Amino acid sequence: MANPITQATLKNGMQVMLKEIHTAPIISSWLWYRVGSRDESTGKTGLSHWTEHMQFKGTKKFPANMLDKAISREGGRWNASTSHDSTRYYETMPADKIDLALRLEADRMRNSIFNEKEVASERSVIISEREGSENEPIFRLGEAVQQYAFRVHSYHHEIIGDMADLRTITRDDLYTHYRRYYVPNNAVLAIAGDFETGSMLKRVKELFERIPKGAAPPRLARPEPEQKGELRFSLEGPGETCFVQLAYHFPNATDPDYLPLQVLDSLLNGASGLSNKTSRLYRALIDKGYAVDASGWSDASIDPGLYRITITTHPKRKPEEAIAVLDAEIKKLQDELVNNDEIKRAVKQARAVFAYGSEDITHQAFWMGYTAMFSTYDWFTTYLNKLARVTPQDVQRVARKYFQPKNRVIGIYIPKGKGG
Amino acid sequence: MTKPFTKPSLPGPGDIYQAVLSNGLCVLVRSNFNSPSISMGGYLPAGAIFESDKKLGLADFVASSLMRGTQMRSFDSIYNELESAGASLGFDSGVHNTSFGGRSLVEDLPLLLKLLSESLQTPTFPKGEIERLRAQLLTGLAIRAQDTAELADMAFDQMLFDGHPYARPSDGFPQTIQSITRKDMQEFHRLHFGPRGMVIAIVGAVHPRKIVEEVERVLGGWQVPGQQEAYALPPHRPIKKTIKRHHTLAGKSQSDLVIGMVGPRRKDPEYMSASIGNSVLGQFGMMGRIGDVVREKSGLAYYAYSSLNSGTGPGTWEVNAGVNPANLKKAIDLIERELRRFVKHGVTKQELADSQANYIGRLPLSLESNSGVVSAILNIYRYDLGLDYYLKYADLVRAVKRADVLETARKYIDPQRLVISTAGP
Repeated sequence: MANPITQATLKNGMQVMLKEIHTAPIISSWLWYRVGSRDESTGKTGLSHWTEHMQFKGTKKFPANMLDKAISREGGRWNASTSHDSTRYYETMPADKIDLALRLEADRMRNSIFNEKEVASERSVIISEREGSENEPIFRLGEAVQQYAFRVHSYHHEIIGDMADLRTITRDDLYTHYRRYYVPNNAVLAIAGDFETGSMLKRVKELFERIPKGAAPPRLARPEPEQKGELRFSLEGPGETCFVQLAYHFPNATDPDYLPLQVLDSLLNGASGLSNKTSRLYRALIDKGYAVDASGWSDASIDPGLYRITITTHPKRKPEEAIAVLDAEIKKLQDELVNNDEIKRAVKQARAVFAYGSEDITHQAFWMGYTAMFSTYDWFTTYLNKLARVTPQDVQRVARKYFQPKNRVIGIYIPKGKGG
Repeated sequence: MTKPFTKPSLPGPGDIYQAVLSNGLCVLVRSNFNSPSISMGGYLPAGAIFESDKKLGLADFVASSLMRGTQMRSFDSIYNELESAGASLGFDSGVHNTSFGGRSLVEDLPLLLKLLSESLQTPTFPKGEIERLRAQLLTGLAIRAQDTAELADMAFDQMLFDGHPYARPSDGFPQTIQSITRKDMQEFHRLHFGPRGMVIAIVGAVHPRKIVEEVERVLGGWQVPGQQEAYALPPHRPIKKTIKRHHTLAGKSQSDLVIGMVGPRRKDPEYMSASIGNSVLGQFGMMGRIGDVVREKSGLAYYAYSSLNSGTGPGTWEVNAGVNPANLKKAIDLIERELRRFVKHGVTKQELADSQANYIGRLPLSLESNSGVVSAILNIYRYDLGLDYYLKYADLVRAVKRADVLETARKYIDPQRLVISTAGP
């Protein structure tokens, strides 16, 4: 995190972020587009994710079967993913081979073919991807929780899209989506690794600056009205294990309440990426035998999102008992000020997790682009200091404000035995 | 655009420091002062191979219990120290070994070593903690019983290695987990946990000699005179003709399949030929030839790839895919066709060159993080590949010829003698 970064905006509006790291002969390049599943309307859900798949199907210069081979031949690692708010493509390459990745990304920003046959083949691949996810009770539960939590906002649907839309989306739908959102003024290129900034910026300009700017793409944003009471539902499926998911409406990543809520999450569910055996929920739910697992997470989102707690209930306990225990723990956070040492502990954990992340160049390039999607890189570099300034009063205030039953959805997966 | 990178980045005899303590424990250290953190990993020969059929899952249960309480500390106190420091430590078990791994900021390495030492030497297996853990393991098995990929994998191992220790799932079955007592666990620990055969690797901002002294201080005095020798693996029975089994699981929307056979051991001379051949078959680019025919050309699956899993004993060479239940037969036919093509014609010159370039080019990426280097060092030590293995690696890869791949493919893959395991509706 100590290395400074260079930021530039090309003439066509593309944002570039560069960070030199000379610890290994590796460069990681991430290209981010400001488009995700939130930009899809009913009937066209899954467009962003499917477009991401089509970006691997080739251009004239880099035909489908040549793309992946070209990267792999050089020993590179590459992939892409789609979230609610963004779509990102990355290549991590031996340093002297990064040019291939940059040429490829510049080319497919504009020249992907979206061949009709490839669209048909990818339709069944994505349907298969969705069917694989549907095999998992947690996926089905999470999807339903999201639908209950967002009636108006387009965070409503799963990133992969609804099956009905995956069957009917056309090649033209995909291509229109691609041309609308894949323009340089809607993209951020973040590169970290073993390069010299001046010459890297020059090369990026050579490749990307000639791509014409497009019309500023629209972003779909229908604010979700405040929830006025707890929503609770159940769904059934095969198995012997009961799962509960609770989701609280949460502020976006730039809201001043976001950091106190991260401390609160750390107290309730442990630090992300570490074991979680001394958090408040572990002690209350698992040590006491109400559950066999509990975890919590939230996205750093552009618009207000969700904080979710997923509980795997103990086979001899009822889900309602686990929910009551959770409520008691939340009440404690609302009634009693947390100890300053607990906050210090959360900060130390975050410092360690940041240090682990800094070992990895791919990770460092990721963070530059990721933060640019909802804020600026400062969000990342000042995170630990801001976290250290959170007070016990802040934690109590956000516990009272957000952790209200009327602000949550509870979904329960009821297993119907081995046969389903 | 790039400037020459001069720092040697491949681990080798010049920068892997090796020491053997008086009790037999081997310590491997590599410094990396670019990172403020350290990674640690290692293993000792206390695996599932020592379990009886009636107590399947015992080694796994013991490994999961080591940090549930020691003579010095309670479960809560162990994890409180660890998590307060943002550090992590965990144990796992396989057929041959119990392994461990952890990481911390460099200032917390003494804490990590102290907890490792206590967990290994003086676990108390507290009754309440064991029962909590048992409930978690049983829930894990109930979830496994609903997972099409896990069920297909498990049945694959059972058919391929019938009568051999590799046929058994190391996490056991509900009835065996129910039958394991605290006494069984204490006895397993007493007989199999000891410093002989134990290896620990540490990578990060540390000075090797100091670390060896630190390990000596916490683990050098560990003596277990009765520590049992590892069993020799029995031979496995080769299968005589293709075997198929389907595990029916209602209410699922996708089926999983595993098709495969026995593969080489990690130390076998043909390992590299098999590995590169496998890259062409089901890894290179978008999951190799298998990915190309099953996913790219036919759109039948989101994932379809092959893998070579080689270790101490016979490995597996397998193709995995997740497909719509209606497409199961079609996917199996396509995969069998690719296997026949592979053993008939081998790989092309271009395919071989592509995979060789990939293997050589990707090596620095796999050694980027401290944990990547820990795995690499443990790998060369465990399979006796030589500390200079990564320095010779490019030559070993380039030495593989098309004829080697073909010969290896024919040695291991017989399209008439496959194990085909499927699970789904």
